[in-house]
Amino acid sequence: MIACCVGLLIADNKYNLFSPARVYLNSIVAPIQYIADAPQKLFGSFSENIMTRQALVERNQQLEKDNLHLKADRLLLGQLQSENKQLRELLNSEKKFKYKRMITEVMSLRSDPFTHQLLIDKGALNGVYLGQPVINEQGVVGQVSQVGSTTSRVVLIVDATHGIPVRVQRNDVIAIVHGSGAWDQLKVPFVQSNADIKEGDLLVTSGLGGRFPAGYPVAKISRFEYQEGELYATVTATPVADLDRSRYLLLLWNDDPLADADLTLDSPELFDVPVQ
Amino acid sequence: MSLFNSYKIIYLSFLVCLVAAIFPLPIMFNAFRPDWMLLVLSYWVMALPHRVNIGHAFILGLLLDLLLGSILGMHGLLFSLLAYFTSINFQRFRNFTLVQTTLLLGVFIFLAKLGLYWIASSMQEITLHRPYFWSIFTSMIIWPWFFLFMRFIRVRYKVS
Repeated sequence: MIACCVGLLIADNKYNLFSPARVYLNSIVAPIQYIADAPQKLFGSFSENIMTRQALVERNQQLEKDNLHLKADRLLLGQLQSENKQLRELLNSEKKFKYKRMITEVMSLRSDPFTHQLLIDKGALNGVYLGQPVINEQGVVGQVSQVGSTTSRVVLIVDATHGIPVRVQRNDVIAIVHGSGAWDQLKVPFVQSNADIKEGDLLVTSGLGGRFPAGYPVAKISRFEYQEGELYATVTATPVADLDRSRYLLLLWNDDPLADADLTLDSPELFDVPVQ
Repeated sequence: MSLFNSYKIIYLSFLVCLVAAIFPLPIMFNAFRPDWMLLVLSYWVMALPHRVNIGHAFILGLLLDLLLGSILGMHGLLFSLLAYFTSINFQRFRNFTLVQTTLLLGVFIFLAKLGLYWIASSMQEITLHRPYFWSIFTSMIIWPWFFLFMRFIRVRYKVS
Protein backbone atom coordinates (compact mmCIF):
# COMPACT_ATOMS: atom_id res chain seq x y z
CA MET A 1 0.00 0.00 0.00
CA ILE A 2 2.79 2.38 0.93
CA ALA A 3 4.72 1.51 -2.20
CA CYS A 4 1.55 2.16 -4.15
CA CYS A 5 1.15 5.58 -2.54
CA VAL A 6 4.75 6.56 -3.11
CA GLY A 7 4.40 5.36 -6.69
CA LEU A 8 1.32 7.54 -7.09
CA LEU A 9 3.10 10.53 -5.60
CA ILE A 10 6.02 10.22 -7.95
CA ALA A 11 3.89 9.44 -10.98
CA ASP A 12 1.65 12.42 -10.36
CA ASN A 13 4.33 14.90 -9.51
CA LYS A 14 7.38 14.04 -11.55
CA TYR A 15 5.90 12.61 -14.71
CA ASN A 16 2.43 14.14 -14.69
CA LEU A 17 0.98 10.78 -15.69
CA PHE A 18 -2.44 11.67 -14.41
CA SER A 19 -2.99 14.96 -16.16
CA PRO A 20 -5.33 13.40 -18.76
CA ALA A 21 -7.05 11.27 -16.13
CA ARG A 22 -7.40 14.22 -13.78
CA VAL A 23 -10.32 15.56 -15.79
CA TYR A 24 -12.29 12.39 -15.06
CA LEU A 25 -11.03 12.08 -11.49
CA ASN A 26 -11.99 15.67 -10.77
CA SER A 27 -15.40 15.03 -12.30
CA ILE A 28 -15.92 12.11 -9.91
CA VAL A 29 -15.47 14.27 -6.85
CA ALA A 30 -17.32 17.28 -8.30
CA PRO A 31 -20.68 16.28 -6.69
CA ILE A 32 -19.11 16.49 -3.23
CA GLN A 33 -17.82 19.94 -4.05
CA TYR A 34 -21.27 21.01 -5.18
CA ILE A 35 -22.75 19.68 -1.93
CA ALA A 36 -20.19 21.64 0.08
CA ASP A 37 -20.93 24.76 -1.93
CA ALA A 38 -24.73 24.39 -1.72
CA PRO A 39 -25.36 25.92 1.74
CA GLN A 40 -23.45 29.05 0.82
CA LYS A 41 -25.36 29.41 -2.43
CA LEU A 42 -28.64 28.81 -0.65
CA PHE A 43 -27.78 31.40 1.94
CA GLY A 44 -26.81 33.85 -0.79
CA SER A 45 -30.08 33.47 -2.65
CA PHE A 46 -31.98 33.61 0.64
CA SER A 47 -30.39 36.90 1.63
CA GLU A 48 -31.09 38.24 -1.86
CA ASN A 49 -34.73 37.33 -1.43
CA ILE A 50 -35.20 39.08 1.87
CA MET A 51 -33.63 42.36 0.76
CA THR A 52 -36.01 45.20 1.33
CA ARG A 53 -37.59 47.18 -1.45
CA GLN A 54 -35.76 50.29 -0.30
CA ALA A 55 -32.38 48.54 -0.53
CA LEU A 56 -33.22 47.21 -3.96
CA VAL A 57 -34.24 50.61 -5.24
CA GLU A 58 -31.05 52.17 -3.90
CA ARG A 59 -28.94 49.44 -5.41
CA ASN A 60 -30.69 49.80 -8.71
CA GLN A 61 -30.06 53.54 -8.75
CA GLN A 62 -26.42 53.00 -7.91
CA LEU A 63 -26.06 50.46 -10.69
CA GLU A 64 -27.84 52.76 -13.16
CA LYS A 65 -25.36 55.50 -12.31
CA ASP A 66 -22.41 53.18 -12.67
CA ASN A 67 -23.81 51.94 -15.95
CA LEU A 68 -24.12 55.47 -17.26
CA HIS A 69 -20.54 56.29 -16.34
CA LEU A 70 -19.24 53.08 -17.86
CA LYS A 71 -21.21 53.63 -21.05
CA ALA A 72 -19.84 57.14 -21.34
CA ASP A 73 -16.33 55.74 -20.92
CA ARG A 74 -17.10 53.14 -23.50
CA LEU A 75 -18.04 55.76 -26.08
CA LEU A 76 -14.60 57.21 -25.70
CA LEU A 77 -13.06 53.75 -25.72
CA GLY A 78 -14.65 52.91 -29.06
CA GLN A 79 -13.21 56.02 -30.59
CA LEU A 80 -9.80 55.37 -29.05
CA GLN A 81 -9.92 51.82 -30.31
CA SER A 82 -10.52 52.85 -33.90
CA GLU A 83 -7.85 55.48 -33.62
CA ASN A 84 -5.45 52.93 -32.17
CA LYS A 85 -6.31 50.56 -34.99
CA GLN A 86 -5.54 53.19 -37.59
CA LEU A 87 -2.23 53.99 -35.93
CA ARG A 88 -1.35 50.33 -35.76
CA GLU A 89 -2.18 49.93 -39.42
CA LEU A 90 0.17 52.78 -40.17
CA LEU A 91 2.84 50.98 -38.15
CA ASN A 92 2.13 47.65 -39.84
CA SER A 93 1.64 45.84 -36.55
CA GLU A 94 -1.42 43.84 -35.69
CA LYS A 95 -2.86 43.82 -32.23
CA LYS A 96 -6.12 42.32 -31.18
CA PHE A 97 -8.16 43.54 -28.25
CA LYS A 98 -11.17 41.28 -28.60
CA TYR A 99 -11.24 38.23 -26.42
CA LYS A 100 -13.98 35.78 -25.74
CA ARG A 101 -14.73 35.77 -22.05
CA MET A 102 -17.03 34.06 -19.60
CA ILE A 103 -18.23 34.89 -16.11
CA THR A 104 -17.58 32.23 -13.50
CA GLU A 105 -18.37 31.87 -9.83
CA VAL A 106 -15.89 30.96 -7.10
CA MET A 107 -16.92 27.81 -5.26
CA SER A 108 -14.23 27.56 -2.65
CA LEU A 109 -11.05 29.28 -1.75
CA ARG A 110 -7.77 27.76 -0.78
CA SER A 111 -8.59 24.34 0.56
CA ASP A 112 -5.12 22.87 0.32
CA PRO A 113 -3.02 24.35 3.13
CA PHE A 114 0.17 24.81 1.11
CA THR A 115 -1.00 26.34 -2.13
CA HIS A 116 -3.16 29.29 -3.09
CA GLN A 117 -5.90 27.95 -5.24
CA LEU A 118 -9.56 28.48 -5.79
CA LEU A 119 -12.26 26.38 -7.32
CA ILE A 120 -14.55 27.76 -10.03
CA ASP A 121 -17.78 26.36 -11.41
CA LYS A 122 -16.80 26.12 -15.08
CA GLY A 123 -14.98 23.18 -16.59
CA ALA A 124 -13.99 21.37 -19.76
CA LEU A 125 -17.63 21.28 -20.86
CA ASN A 126 -17.58 25.09 -21.01
CA GLY A 127 -14.32 25.05 -22.97
CA VAL A 128 -11.98 25.84 -20.10
CA TYR A 129 -8.41 24.81 -20.85
CA LEU A 130 -5.21 24.39 -18.88
CA GLY A 131 -3.29 27.62 -18.37
CA GLN A 132 -6.26 29.82 -19.18
CA PRO A 133 -5.97 33.36 -17.78
CA VAL A 134 -8.46 34.37 -15.08
CA ILE A 135 -9.14 38.00 -14.15
CA ASN A 136 -11.65 40.00 -12.18
CA GLU A 137 -12.78 43.59 -12.54
CA GLN A 138 -9.64 44.85 -10.80
CA GLY A 139 -6.88 42.85 -12.42
CA VAL A 140 -5.27 39.49 -13.02
CA VAL A 141 -6.23 36.75 -10.55
CA GLY A 142 -4.39 33.68 -11.81
CA GLN A 143 -4.54 30.86 -14.29
CA VAL A 144 -6.34 27.52 -14.58
CA SER A 145 -4.20 24.71 -13.19
CA GLN A 146 -6.57 21.73 -13.24
CA VAL A 147 -9.66 21.12 -15.30
CA GLY A 148 -12.61 18.92 -14.46
CA SER A 149 -15.70 18.50 -16.59
CA THR A 150 -17.78 21.00 -14.61
CA THR A 151 -15.27 22.52 -12.18
CA SER A 152 -11.71 23.79 -12.47
CA ARG A 153 -8.98 24.92 -10.18
CA VAL A 154 -7.26 28.27 -10.50
CA VAL A 155 -3.78 28.83 -9.14
CA LEU A 156 -3.50 32.41 -7.91
CA ILE A 157 -0.70 34.83 -8.78
CA VAL A 158 0.39 34.86 -5.11
CA ASP A 159 1.09 31.11 -5.11
CA ALA A 160 4.77 30.35 -4.62
CA THR A 161 4.91 28.39 -7.87
CA HIS A 162 3.36 31.07 -10.04
CA GLY A 163 5.21 33.57 -12.18
CA ILE A 164 3.86 36.10 -14.66
CA PRO A 165 5.70 38.36 -17.11
CA VAL A 166 4.86 42.03 -16.60
CA ARG A 167 5.96 45.48 -17.59
CA VAL A 168 5.82 48.75 -15.73
CA GLN A 169 3.00 50.81 -17.16
CA ARG A 170 4.86 54.08 -16.76
CA ASN A 171 7.97 53.24 -18.77
CA ASP A 172 7.68 49.71 -20.17
CA VAL A 173 10.48 48.23 -18.08
CA ILE A 174 9.87 44.49 -18.17
CA ALA A 175 10.06 42.17 -15.18
CA ILE A 176 8.66 38.95 -13.83
CA VAL A 177 6.32 38.79 -10.85
CA HIS A 178 6.55 35.74 -8.62
CA GLY A 179 4.13 34.68 -5.91
CA SER A 180 5.50 34.78 -2.39
CA GLY A 181 3.08 32.41 -0.67
CA ALA A 182 1.53 35.21 1.37
CA TRP A 183 -1.88 36.59 0.46
CA ASP A 184 -0.95 40.17 -0.17
CA GLN A 185 2.62 40.03 -1.38
CA LEU A 186 4.39 39.36 -4.65
CA LYS A 187 8.10 39.27 -5.37
CA VAL A 188 9.80 40.88 -8.32
CA PRO A 189 13.17 39.14 -8.59
CA PHE A 190 16.17 40.00 -10.77
CA VAL A 191 15.59 43.72 -10.95
CA GLN A 192 18.75 45.71 -11.59
CA SER A 193 19.63 48.14 -8.86
CA ASN A 194 19.46 51.08 -11.25
CA ALA A 195 16.17 50.07 -12.87
CA ASP A 196 13.66 52.87 -13.15
CA ILE A 197 11.02 51.44 -10.83
CA LYS A 198 9.41 53.44 -8.07
CA GLU A 199 7.03 52.58 -5.26
CA GLY A 200 3.47 52.88 -6.48
CA ASP A 201 4.22 51.91 -10.07
CA LEU A 202 1.54 49.81 -11.72
CA LEU A 203 2.65 46.52 -13.27
CA VAL A 204 0.60 45.27 -16.21
CA THR A 205 0.87 42.01 -18.11
CA SER A 206 3.35 42.22 -20.94
CA GLY A 207 1.94 39.31 -22.92
CA LEU A 208 5.45 38.02 -23.49
CA GLY A 209 4.81 34.55 -22.10
CA GLY A 210 2.00 34.09 -24.58
CA ARG A 211 -0.33 32.96 -21.85
CA PHE A 212 -1.78 36.19 -20.50
CA PRO A 213 -3.02 38.82 -22.94
CA ALA A 214 -1.11 42.08 -22.70
CA GLY A 215 -2.26 45.12 -20.78
CA TYR A 216 -4.11 43.82 -17.72
CA PRO A 217 -3.08 45.28 -14.35
CA VAL A 218 -1.36 42.80 -12.03
CA ALA A 219 0.23 44.53 -9.06
CA LYS A 220 1.50 47.76 -7.56
CA ILE A 221 5.08 48.11 -6.38
CA SER A 222 5.03 48.41 -2.60
CA ARG A 223 8.72 48.46 -1.80
CA PHE A 224 11.89 49.08 -3.76
CA GLU A 225 15.07 48.67 -1.81
CA TYR A 226 18.65 48.40 -2.83
CA GLN A 227 21.50 47.56 -0.52
CA GLU A 228 25.00 48.49 -1.49
CA GLY A 229 26.89 45.48 -2.81
CA GLU A 230 23.85 43.41 -3.65
CA LEU A 231 23.46 42.15 -7.19
CA TYR A 232 19.77 42.90 -7.47
CA ALA A 233 17.30 45.15 -5.72
CA THR A 234 14.65 43.68 -3.44
CA VAL A 235 11.31 44.60 -4.90
CA THR A 236 7.93 43.56 -3.54
CA ALA A 237 4.49 44.29 -4.90
CA THR A 238 0.89 43.91 -3.82
CA PRO A 239 -1.72 42.43 -6.15
CA VAL A 240 -4.31 44.93 -7.35
CA ALA A 241 -7.13 42.38 -7.37
CA ASP A 242 -8.82 41.40 -4.11
CA LEU A 243 -7.88 37.75 -4.43
CA ASP A 244 -9.66 36.46 -1.36
CA ARG A 245 -12.79 38.56 -1.68
CA SER A 246 -14.11 38.25 -5.20
CA ARG A 247 -17.11 36.06 -5.82
CA TYR A 248 -17.25 36.37 -9.61
CA LEU A 249 -14.32 36.06 -11.98
CA LEU A 250 -13.82 36.30 -15.73
CA LEU A 251 -12.25 33.58 -17.84
CA LEU A 252 -10.44 34.86 -20.93
CA TRP A 253 -9.88 32.98 -24.14
CA ASN A 254 -6.50 33.97 -25.40
CA ASP A 255 -6.83 32.49 -28.88
CA ASP A 256 -3.77 33.73 -30.62
CA PRO A 257 -1.21 34.29 -27.89
CA LEU A 258 1.63 35.46 -30.08
CA ALA A 259 -0.46 37.96 -32.01
CA ASP A 260 -0.76 40.22 -29.01
CA ALA A 261 2.70 39.70 -27.63
CA ASP A 262 4.91 42.69 -28.25
CA LEU A 263 7.14 40.86 -30.70
CA THR A 264 7.00 43.58 -33.30
CA LEU A 265 10.48 43.09 -34.64
CA ASP A 266 9.52 44.62 -37.97
CA SER A 267 9.74 48.10 -36.53
CA PRO A 268 9.05 50.98 -38.90
CA GLU A 269 12.76 51.85 -39.12
CA LEU A 270 13.32 48.76 -41.22
CA PHE A 271 10.92 49.97 -43.86
CA ASP A 272 12.13 53.51 -43.87
CA VAL A 273 14.76 54.30 -46.37
CA PRO A 274 17.72 55.74 -44.49
CA VAL A 275 18.08 59.39 -45.20
CA GLN A 276 21.46 60.25 -46.56
CA MET B 1 -27.97 -4.90 11.97
CA SER B 2 -27.17 -6.12 8.51
CA LEU B 3 -23.86 -5.51 6.83
CA PHE B 4 -25.40 -3.24 4.23
CA ASN B 5 -26.94 -0.96 6.82
CA SER B 6 -23.71 -0.77 8.82
CA TYR B 7 -21.81 0.31 5.75
CA LYS B 8 -24.55 2.77 4.89
CA ILE B 9 -24.02 4.58 8.19
CA ILE B 10 -20.23 4.40 7.94
CA TYR B 11 -20.11 5.77 4.40
CA LEU B 12 -22.63 8.46 5.26
CA SER B 13 -20.36 9.63 8.08
CA PHE B 14 -17.41 9.62 5.67
CA LEU B 15 -19.35 11.71 3.17
CA VAL B 16 -20.40 14.22 5.81
CA CYS B 17 -16.81 14.57 6.98
CA LEU B 18 -15.50 14.97 3.42
CA VAL B 19 -17.97 17.81 2.90
CA ALA B 20 -16.97 19.34 6.25
CA ALA B 21 -13.32 19.08 5.25
CA ILE B 22 -13.80 21.21 2.12
CA PHE B 23 -16.67 23.39 3.30
CA PRO B 24 -15.85 26.97 2.33
CA LEU B 25 -14.85 29.07 5.33
CA PRO B 26 -13.47 32.59 5.57
CA ILE B 27 -9.69 32.67 5.28
CA MET B 28 -9.33 33.66 8.92
CA PHE B 29 -11.09 30.55 10.23
CA ASN B 30 -9.72 28.21 7.62
CA ALA B 31 -6.66 27.39 9.72
CA PHE B 32 -8.84 26.43 12.68
CA ARG B 33 -10.85 23.90 10.72
CA PRO B 34 -10.60 20.55 12.53
CA ASP B 35 -9.22 17.62 10.54
CA TRP B 36 -12.56 15.90 10.16
CA MET B 37 -11.26 13.10 7.99
CA LEU B 38 -8.61 12.09 10.51
CA LEU B 39 -11.14 12.17 13.35
CA VAL B 40 -13.74 10.03 11.60
CA LEU B 41 -11.16 7.58 10.27
CA SER B 42 -9.50 7.02 13.62
CA TYR B 43 -12.88 6.63 15.27
CA TRP B 44 -14.09 3.92 12.90
CA VAL B 45 -10.76 2.11 12.81
CA MET B 46 -10.72 2.08 16.60
CA ALA B 47 -14.35 1.03 16.95
CA LEU B 48 -14.76 -1.39 14.05
CA PRO B 49 -11.34 -2.46 12.75
CA HIS B 50 -12.92 -5.40 10.91
CA ARG B 51 -15.15 -3.06 8.89
CA VAL B 52 -12.96 -0.06 8.18
CA ASN B 53 -9.43 -0.93 7.14
CA ILE B 54 -6.38 0.51 5.45
CA GLY B 55 -8.01 0.24 2.03
CA HIS B 56 -10.78 2.59 3.10
CA ALA B 57 -8.23 5.00 4.49
CA PHE B 58 -6.33 4.95 1.21
CA ILE B 59 -9.41 5.58 -0.95
CA LEU B 60 -10.58 8.38 1.33
CA GLY B 61 -7.13 9.93 1.25
CA LEU B 62 -7.19 9.89 -2.55
CA LEU B 63 -10.65 11.47 -2.59
CA LEU B 64 -9.44 14.19 -0.25
CA ASP B 65 -6.41 14.77 -2.47
CA LEU B 66 -8.68 15.25 -5.45
CA LEU B 67 -11.02 17.53 -3.53
CA LEU B 68 -8.21 19.69 -2.19
CA GLY B 69 -6.24 19.69 -5.42
CA SER B 70 -3.05 18.56 -3.73
CA ILE B 71 -0.55 16.07 -5.13
CA LEU B 72 -2.27 12.74 -5.70
CA GLY B 73 -1.48 10.23 -2.94
CA MET B 74 -0.30 12.68 -0.30
CA HIS B 75 -3.25 12.23 2.04
CA GLY B 76 -3.66 8.63 0.85
CA LEU B 77 -0.24 7.70 2.18
CA LEU B 78 -0.69 9.49 5.50
CA PHE B 79 -4.17 8.13 6.11
CA SER B 80 -3.20 4.54 5.36
CA LEU B 81 -0.17 4.79 7.68
CA LEU B 82 -2.40 6.18 10.40
CA ALA B 83 -5.03 3.49 9.88
CA TYR B 84 -2.30 0.87 10.06
CA PHE B 85 -0.96 2.10 13.40
CA THR B 86 -4.46 2.44 14.82
CA SER B 87 -5.58 -0.97 13.64
CA ILE B 88 -2.63 -2.87 15.13
CA ASN B 89 -3.12 -1.10 18.46
CA PHE B 90 -6.90 -0.82 18.55
CA GLN B 91 -7.19 -3.14 21.60
CA ARG B 92 -4.99 -0.84 23.60
CA PHE B 93 -6.54 2.41 22.36
CA ARG B 94 -10.03 1.18 23.22
CA ASN B 95 -9.08 0.93 26.89
CA PHE B 96 -7.77 4.47 27.00
CA THR B 97 -9.79 7.12 28.75
CA LEU B 98 -11.22 9.97 26.75
CA VAL B 99 -8.42 12.29 27.87
CA GLN B 100 -5.78 9.80 26.77
CA THR B 101 -7.34 9.32 23.34
CA THR B 102 -7.56 13.07 22.96
CA LEU B 103 -3.85 13.42 23.60
CA LEU B 104 -3.15 10.49 21.30
CA LEU B 105 -5.22 12.11 18.55
CA GLY B 106 -3.25 15.31 19.06
CA VAL B 107 0.01 13.43 18.51
CA PHE B 108 -1.42 11.63 15.45
CA ILE B 109 -2.63 14.83 13.85
CA PHE B 110 0.65 16.56 14.59
CA LEU B 111 2.58 13.72 12.94
CA ALA B 112 0.20 13.67 9.99
CA LYS B 113 0.58 17.44 9.48
CA LEU B 114 4.32 17.16 9.77
CA GLY B 115 4.29 14.34 7.21
CA LEU B 116 2.09 16.34 4.84
CA TYR B 117 4.39 19.32 5.13
CA TRP B 118 7.43 17.14 4.54
CA ILE B 119 5.97 15.50 1.42
CA ALA B 120 4.70 18.78 0.03
CA SER B 121 7.95 20.59 0.66
CA SER B 122 9.98 17.87 -1.02
CA MET B 123 7.75 17.95 -4.10
CA GLN B 124 7.04 21.61 -4.73
CA GLU B 125 7.93 25.06 -3.58
CA ILE B 126 5.69 25.95 -0.66
CA THR B 127 5.56 28.31 2.26
CA LEU B 128 4.56 27.30 5.77
CA HIS B 129 2.09 29.60 7.45
CA ARG B 130 2.17 29.90 11.19
CA PRO B 131 -1.52 29.02 11.71
CA TYR B 132 -0.92 25.70 9.96
CA PHE B 133 -0.62 23.74 13.20
CA TRP B 134 -3.45 25.45 15.05
CA SER B 135 -5.99 22.98 13.73
CA ILE B 136 -4.43 20.35 16.02
CA PHE B 137 -5.92 22.14 19.02
CA THR B 138 -9.35 22.60 17.48
CA SER B 139 -9.32 18.92 16.52
CA MET B 140 -8.42 17.98 20.08
CA ILE B 141 -11.21 20.13 21.47
CA ILE B 142 -13.69 18.63 19.02
CA TRP B 143 -12.59 15.02 19.52
CA PRO B 144 -14.33 14.11 22.86
CA TRP B 145 -17.69 15.44 21.64
CA PHE B 146 -17.18 13.86 18.27
CA PHE B 147 -16.27 10.55 19.92
CA LEU B 148 -19.36 10.56 22.14
CA PHE B 149 -21.58 11.57 19.25
CA MET B 150 -20.23 8.82 16.99
CA ARG B 151 -20.64 6.28 19.77
CA PHE B 152 -24.22 7.41 20.18
CA ILE B 153 -24.76 6.98 16.42
CA ARG B 154 -23.10 3.57 16.49
CA VAL B 155 -25.22 2.30 19.37
CA ARG B 156 -28.41 3.94 18.13
CA TYR B 157 -28.17 2.40 14.66
CA LYS B 158 -26.48 -0.77 15.91
CA VAL B 159 -23.57 -0.46 13.51
CA SER B 160 -21.29 -3.43 13.98
